[in-house]
Amino acid sequence: MRLGFNFWLGATLTALVILAGILAQWIAPFDPVLDADLMSSELPPDATFWFGTDGQGRDVYTRILYGAQISLTVGIVSQVINSIIGVTLGMTAGYWGGWWDDLVNGLTNVMLAIPSLIFALAVMAVLGPGLPSLLIALGLTNWSWTCRIARSSTLSLKSQGYVQAAQTLGYGDLRIMFTQVLPNMMGPILVMATLGMGSAVLSEAALSFLGLGIQPPFPSWGSMLTDARQLIQLAPWAALFPGLAIFLSVLGFNLLGDGLRDSLDPHMRTRKP
Amino acid sequence: MTTPLLDIRDLRLVVSLGRSAHHPLLKGVSFQIMPGEAYGLVGESGSGKSVASLAVMGLLKRPLAVSGGEILFKGQNLLALPKREMRRLRGNRIAMIFQEPMTALNPLSTVGRQIAEMFVLHQGKSWGEAEKLAVEALGNVRVPNPDRRAKNYPHQMSGGLRQRVMIAMALACSPDLLIADEPTTALDVTVQAEVLRLIKELCAARGTAVLFISHDLGVIASICQRVGVMYSGCLVEENETRALFEGPRHEYTRGLLGALPRLGSRSEHGRQRLVDIDSIISDRSKLTESRFIAPRDLEGSQP
Amino acid sequence: MFRFTLRRILQVVPTIVVVALLIFVIFSVVPGTFAASLFADGKRAADPQMIARLNEEFGLNKPLMERFVTYVTDLARFDLGTSFRTRQPVVDLINDRMGASLQLAVAAMAFAIVVGVPLGFLAALRPGSILDTVTMIGAVSGLSMPQFWLGLLMMYLFALQLNWLPSFGYGDGSLRNLILPAVTLGVTPLALLARTTRAGVLDVLNADFIRTAHSKGMSEAKVVRWHVARNSLVLIVTTVGLQFGSLIGQAVVIEKLFAWPGIGSLLVDSVAIRDIPVVQGTILVIVLWFLIINTAVDLVYAAIDPRIKQE
Repeated sequence: MRLGFNFWLGATLTALVILAGILAQWIAPFDPVLDADLMSSELPPDATFWFGTDGQGRDVYTRILYGAQISLTVGIVSQVINSIIGVTLGMTAGYWGGWWDDLVNGLTNVMLAIPSLIFALAVMAVLGPGLPSLLIALGLTNWSWTCRIARSSTLSLKSQGYVQAAQTLGYGDLRIMFTQVLPNMMGPILVMATLGMGSAVLSEAALSFLGLGIQPPFPSWGSMLTDARQLIQLAPWAALFPGLAIFLSVLGFNLLGDGLRDSLDPHMRTRKP
Repeated sequence: MTTPLLDIRDLRLVVSLGRSAHHPLLKGVSFQIMPGEAYGLVGESGSGKSVASLAVMGLLKRPLAVSGGEILFKGQNLLALPKREMRRLRGNRIAMIFQEPMTALNPLSTVGRQIAEMFVLHQGKSWGEAEKLAVEALGNVRVPNPDRRAKNYPHQMSGGLRQRVMIAMALACSPDLLIADEPTTALDVTVQAEVLRLIKELCAARGTAVLFISHDLGVIASICQRVGVMYSGCLVEENETRALFEGPRHEYTRGLLGALPRLGSRSEHGRQRLVDIDSIISDRSKLTESRFIAPRDLEGSQP
Repeated sequence: MFRFTLRRILQVVPTIVVVALLIFVIFSVVPGTFAASLFADGKRAADPQMIARLNEEFGLNKPLMERFVTYVTDLARFDLGTSFRTRQPVVDLINDRMGASLQLAVAAMAFAIVVGVPLGFLAALRPGSILDTVTMIGAVSGLSMPQFWLGLLMMYLFALQLNWLPSFGYGDGSLRNLILPAVTLGVTPLALLARTTRAGVLDVLNADFIRTAHSKGMSEAKVVRWHVARNSLVLIVTTVGLQFGSLIGQAVVIEKLFAWPGIGSLLVDSVAIRDIPVVQGTILVIVLWFLIINTAVDLVYAAIDPRIKQE
């Protein structure tokens, strides 16, 4: 399995984000919420405040480090939920066929008819703002592509006779699905999940920016940008750094996913946009 | 003595594997094709027969490259020709048909249009005239209902029909040389015979020479007057077809012919295992050391 | 072709029906109500009588089944209800703002296509060149960037620092106001179009029929014009269609950022104050537009590729 430049660059960026999140408690010079000194608000980057301070006098650098925790949580948890839903629905639909397949297909078509951010918005409207609602909303949004891939993998495996062979041996359906079908689609699913992490972080940023996601004073990179918007003329660095953090992390996930996809199967490229 | 239509002299071809590493694909191949003659090039995959034809057409892409020798077509060295001149020859004076008719045609363009391209490109016709000529061309390759078929898309035709379309395209401008690279390999056996017959008749009628490339000796025998046997980038034997089949001189040729299953051999020799070529050939590495090129019979070799 | 068109259009109907039902189901369980949200900012003490009266007025106290029937019958008459906040029919609110959103969406997509497709094409024709590398790096960056951040930065640079363009608002509807929002919104589709166009063109260039074209004696330019262009179109059209969906979603954020008076910002504002009829109505309209665009894309696709109609 050739791992190219894309993969390594992506892996490095992702590793940086993970490190920032894990080590935040130890390497951050300040507290992200409590160390808010209005006297030192809107200061440009200097020796004390490496990325400057925001409107409440909080150190931007610290908040970015802690923000990594939120972004990672959102990314990973939402994709785990996505994958579970998508794989379960897609695999069973492909395996059993019939009315269940029709139902899943219909549901997938409906989900694909609703732009994902709009759907997430709607769910957030129902569940109210905050991290748990965000995780559920994003987890429920993008499973359609995973479902499609799981379904077509299952169908092609079925046609290759693995499934039939196992059935004649007397294996139960569930066992077949978990031991024969699932392992064969792990590659593409992993790629989708990695790319999905980037998409989830972007969605979280957008929702928090709109005030519907992570609520202040918690340091989500997206909500940092909401505050920054008001200060754009006075303190442009408050807008620069959180956005840069989002950009670099999502770039990392995207490159990692691209790298994985290229080494697994170069023909996948024209599948998910 | 007539000058050869195509005269390949000591052609060398390499594939580059990085900065200075080169792997030779053709190690000095020479043969000639006379006007109107059907010449067969036979060999296993990797022998270099296909790349030789690509070199003649000027269709070699990186990392393949010619590293020496000449390709003389009607006296002109094609390798020294500027690109523009080469394009004028391609399709017009030298045409090629390929192995996979399934994928060789543009799926989004009608068959008639793709044939018409030849006339617009090389004969300066308008699209209207060209499309009419295309229908005629389809009729020449014996496609039933040519005017209706011309409006078909490739996916609406069978493999055999598609290959006829390819032939129609290739012969549209009555080229001097037709290169056919395994044109029947991907077709059903029943269709193969028809397509071969078509090629033979149409080329004979127009005086078009044929360079027929195949790994299938039976197919070569049915069309070609002269045969060259290639192995590992070298031409190891060349002779008139009949002479080659009746008296192969090179060990490799004997191996190829020996490995052919023969109808009636059971009644003659009793039950026998199918022979594979490596049980006939003693040492492959020595194969390129000897060549047996029979001189042309200058009198009476009629195309 | 006609039958295919008809079939495709009819497929939209069940989907939109299911979506409408889904929307009702989702929003019938919204915690808190519009009335309560009026007091949510804590500036006024919550007056339970006021809340009760408003709820009565909006019919929120009626049983679920009754509300459902009202919803469905209203929809059949193309009545999307009445806004809790302004008492105006939702249809009117949407109509007022639809034009602005369409302008933005079309401008953004046009920008993405006009810049993205040629870039991708050229990159594929010269693989490994500087143009190719730069385009690809740019593309993956464009896909990784939060669009509204880019918008903020551009707003800072072009509007506030350089004063070339207005920083927000629809203004007098002139092109100057449209530029920043449209470019911001168009960056992501542009990046994706560049990438997929490049991949698609490369695939076509490696296809057998291109070798056939060359063997006919066609120049590079003619090969591209006669064979490559049309065959790449299929992938491009498909991508444009898919991108419209996420474009519409992102437009919501961009409209809010630039205070663009479209249905996206209407949606966000209504969600914040729990103006349910408006939320339901806007989502329904947005989805309908998306389905219409998808159908149009499918029809264009079928017009280009004759193999599709056989299915």
